[in-house]
Amino acid sequence: MAPTMISPDYYLMLSLALFTIGVIGVLTRRNVIIILMSIELILNAVNINLVAFSRLWGDVNGQVFAIFIITDAAAEAAVGLGIILAFFRNRETLLADEMDLLKW
Amino acid sequence: MFSHTVFYFFALLAVASAIMMVTRRNIIHSAVYLITTLLATAGIFLQLDAEFLFVVQIILYVGGIMVLFVFVIMLVNLDVSLRLVQFNHQRFVAGALALILGGQVFIAFRVGRGVLPHPVLRSMSPKNTEAVGDALFTHYMLPFEIASILLLVAMIGAVVMAKRRV
Amino acid sequence: MSAPLTYFLDHIWLIPLFPLATAAVMLFCGRRLQNSVVNLLCVGSVFLSFLYSLGAFLQLTAMPAGERIATKILFAWIPAGPYHMLDGRIANFVADWGFQLDPLSAVMILIVTGVGLLIHVYSTGYMAHEGGYYRFFGYLNLFMFSMLMLVLANNLLLLFVGWEGVGTCSYLLIGFYFHKKSASDAGKKAFIVNRIGDAGFLLGIFLTSAVLGTIRFAEISPSLAAGHFAIGDPRITAIAFLFFVGATGKSAQIPLYVWLPDAMEGPTPVSALIHAATMVTAGVYMVTRTNAIYQLAPSAMAIVAIIGAITALFAASMGVVQNDIKKVLAYSTISQLGYMFLALGVGAFAAGIFHLMTHAFFKGLLFLAAGSVIHAVSGEQDIQKMGALSGKIRKTYRTMLVATLAIAGVPPLAGFFSKDEILGHAFRSSHLLWLIGWLTAGMTAFYMFRLLFLTFHGQSRVDHEVEHHIHESPNSMLVPLMILAVLSVIGGWVGIGGRFEHFLAPVVRVQRHTEGFHRVPLIGQEGEFRSEDARKELEQELGATTPAAPSEEIILMGASVAIAFAGIGLAWFLYLKRTDLPDKIAKSLGGFYRLVCNKYYVDELYDALFVNRAKDLGLALGSFDRNVIDDAGVNGAGWLTRFISKVSMWWDTWIVDGSVRLGSFFVYCLGFVSKFLETGYVQNYMLLIVVGLIGFLAYYFYLAHHVIH
Repeated sequence: MAPTMISPDYYLMLSLALFTIGVIGVLTRRNVIIILMSIELILNAVNINLVAFSRLWGDVNGQVFAIFIITDAAAEAAVGLGIILAFFRNRETLLADEMDLLKW
Repeated sequence: MFSHTVFYFFALLAVASAIMMVTRRNIIHSAVYLITTLLATAGIFLQLDAEFLFVVQIILYVGGIMVLFVFVIMLVNLDVSLRLVQFNHQRFVAGALALILGGQVFIAFRVGRGVLPHPVLRSMSPKNTEAVGDALFTHYMLPFEIASILLLVAMIGAVVMAKRRV
Repeated sequence: MSAPLTYFLDHIWLIPLFPLATAAVMLFCGRRLQNSVVNLLCVGSVFLSFLYSLGAFLQLTAMPAGERIATKILFAWIPAGPYHMLDGRIANFVADWGFQLDPLSAVMILIVTGVGLLIHVYSTGYMAHEGGYYRFFGYLNLFMFSMLMLVLANNLLLLFVGWEGVGTCSYLLIGFYFHKKSASDAGKKAFIVNRIGDAGFLLGIFLTSAVLGTIRFAEISPSLAAGHFAIGDPRITAIAFLFFVGATGKSAQIPLYVWLPDAMEGPTPVSALIHAATMVTAGVYMVTRTNAIYQLAPSAMAIVAIIGAITALFAASMGVVQNDIKKVLAYSTISQLGYMFLALGVGAFAAGIFHLMTHAFFKGLLFLAAGSVIHAVSGEQDIQKMGALSGKIRKTYRTMLVATLAIAGVPPLAGFFSKDEILGHAFRSSHLLWLIGWLTAGMTAFYMFRLLFLTFHGQSRVDHEVEHHIHESPNSMLVPLMILAVLSVIGGWVGIGGRFEHFLAPVVRVQRHTEGFHRVPLIGQEGEFRSEDARKELEQELGATTPAAPSEEIILMGASVAIAFAGIGLAWFLYLKRTDLPDKIAKSLGGFYRLVCNKYYVDELYDALFVNRAKDLGLALGSFDRNVIDDAGVNGAGWLTRFISKVSMWWDTWIVDGSVRLGSFFVYCLGFVSKFLETGYVQNYMLLIVVGLIGFLAYYFYLAHHVIH
């Protein structure tokens, strides 16, 4: 059948919106778990973008790249959560402002 | 028409869920909303004829990562964090800057519209999964292997980090 | 002339030098010397001066009459150089340390050294028991030096040196008993009043050099001639008047006589020497010396005569009511000086000098005798506490009697001749002046004999303890008294026949000689007369050494003698016969009597007008100093310093410290930025990433924008 697609602009806008929301979440929330989730959101926004353009160009590379991103997100989430747990066990806190041990 | 509707549905769902996720006091609620966002994103993928990715998204992201998240959330103290201030001291500046960033890109989009010639929509292989697998094991063999090593390392790391020191 | 005949003339400069040398010795080491050594040195030096004066006089008289002028210049003291005179001519100012011996100065040095010697001898006895013996003689010798410089000077400036010197010595000697406040006050008064006169004198000297171009006496007459000054020229009158102002100060005339009665605080020999015989006569000498100027200023001479006459009468009136021996004599001195100025004022310069000489004799004697009396009554000076001393201190009494007769003008003693001379000239000039002088002569006789009678005659009013100690003075005091008594008798005889006048003629009159000086207001240089009056006057002067009408002269003489005896008689009547009368008269005169007793309140008037005003000025300046200068100046300086220190502090705090703080603020600002980079807060770092991203994108889009459009 003939390929049809909504104009990629829509997907760009969506991606941008999700990206922005994700950035806000990272910068604004105190709870580190929510920060991690916001990072996942950002990654997702990027995925949408990639897949949209993959569809536009009729190229599967974009999707492959998106798979790799998802893989990476998984690894990162695992390690990150491990760190959070370790930190939580030590400091009893989940708040980013209280994790300022790197301050001189 | 139909695709527009579908798109709008999933898009709105995604954005709304994202916003909800970022603003919730309860972490579990945020996790749930993230799940819905991911599901909506999966729907978008589906609309874009990326079937493999749609499935991978649901299985991996939602089923794996989000479950992991929920596990960890359960392990930490929820009650205390419910009563704390949720937004940090740089919220206004950060919010503004993020919006500026978004606005910047948005303006770039608007300005750049119609500059480049509209690309011709190409057709994609109807057998999406095969195509992806094909690409993955031929062209992208090395990244694939590296990704698996990465996963191994991450797994070891996570175990080490989360392990109780006995 | 061979050398010996001019020895003394060549060495006239030694005459002032001897007493100066001994004064210096007294100054440096007099303290350690015994009285006898002081005597030898000081009296000896004056004796030497007297010998030299005598020698100089004899050698001068050995010279022909027209050439009797010897000049000796030791060195050029002030060779100041050329200057513009008043009328624009260029003159050369030079004041040399030069001595001039001519008849006038010869007479003066004889008087000064002679009478001075006698008084020195007297002082050895009088001051024998006083403290500061060497100091007294040192000052006395210093005075001799100054006086001799005054009379021997050949120019006005050197005369002024001596003038000031005698004033200073007068101050030193009046205030000799400096522990007594009255004495030191009197010394100050004398000096200050003198100074007023000196100001006038100094102005006169300046004017002389400006108008005449010279200050040498020998050159005054030629320059007067060369200047073609008319008689009564205002410049010449001004000079003469200014000189006379100086003379009033030094010679105690109205209005500057007030110091002389107070000067009696000094020891009696001082009163005798300075305030009778020598210093006070310096004014008379000076006017006579510059008579060439006076003869061209008749108005000035009139002032001189009038003031002299009025002073004579005025002082005599005050002398009548005084009760202190020395004060009576002081007023008498003022009165007799008035006589001298009267003589000078009417043109009888020689008569004035003649009276100066006789006055030196009898007034000196009077003072010394008074000193002897005071010595006898153990220091009492009030004549109301004396009386009936004539038998107890015979020699003193006899000499004082001689002196009193002389001053009263009883012939043939000295005072008669000189006084009569003056009265004669006064009569020819103005009858009024003669009348005043004649009345004064009577008053003089009166109060002098009053003094004599109250002191030596009548009842003894002496205190009891004093009475036991009455004794005659030692010979050192008596011998000078006797010598002076002799001089008082014979001293006037040199004036008989006009010999004295003739002797002084070269100085006072016209001289025809081309050498030396000739004064030509009356005669032009070619020898013709300037005016008919001038010729008559000259003939009269040259031809008439005796007055025109001998009968007039005899009548005047008789009148003088008559009033003298009238005065003596009145004194005898009031103070020996009817001793109750003086008090009654005094009471009846009431207010007027009190006025005269208080010296017409002149001292009080001067106090109110000048002295207190000067003190007010001093107080005003003092308060100015305290309030303005101290307040504004010193306190102001303090305030200024505090203000400056405040400014400094402000500067230090805000600017110096401020720049330091500015540096730290700068670092703080830098730190403020870099603080942000290291908060340890991850979300801050994220924020920075976003910021960087915004910037990066902005740049990229900008570039892209340019590429596209």
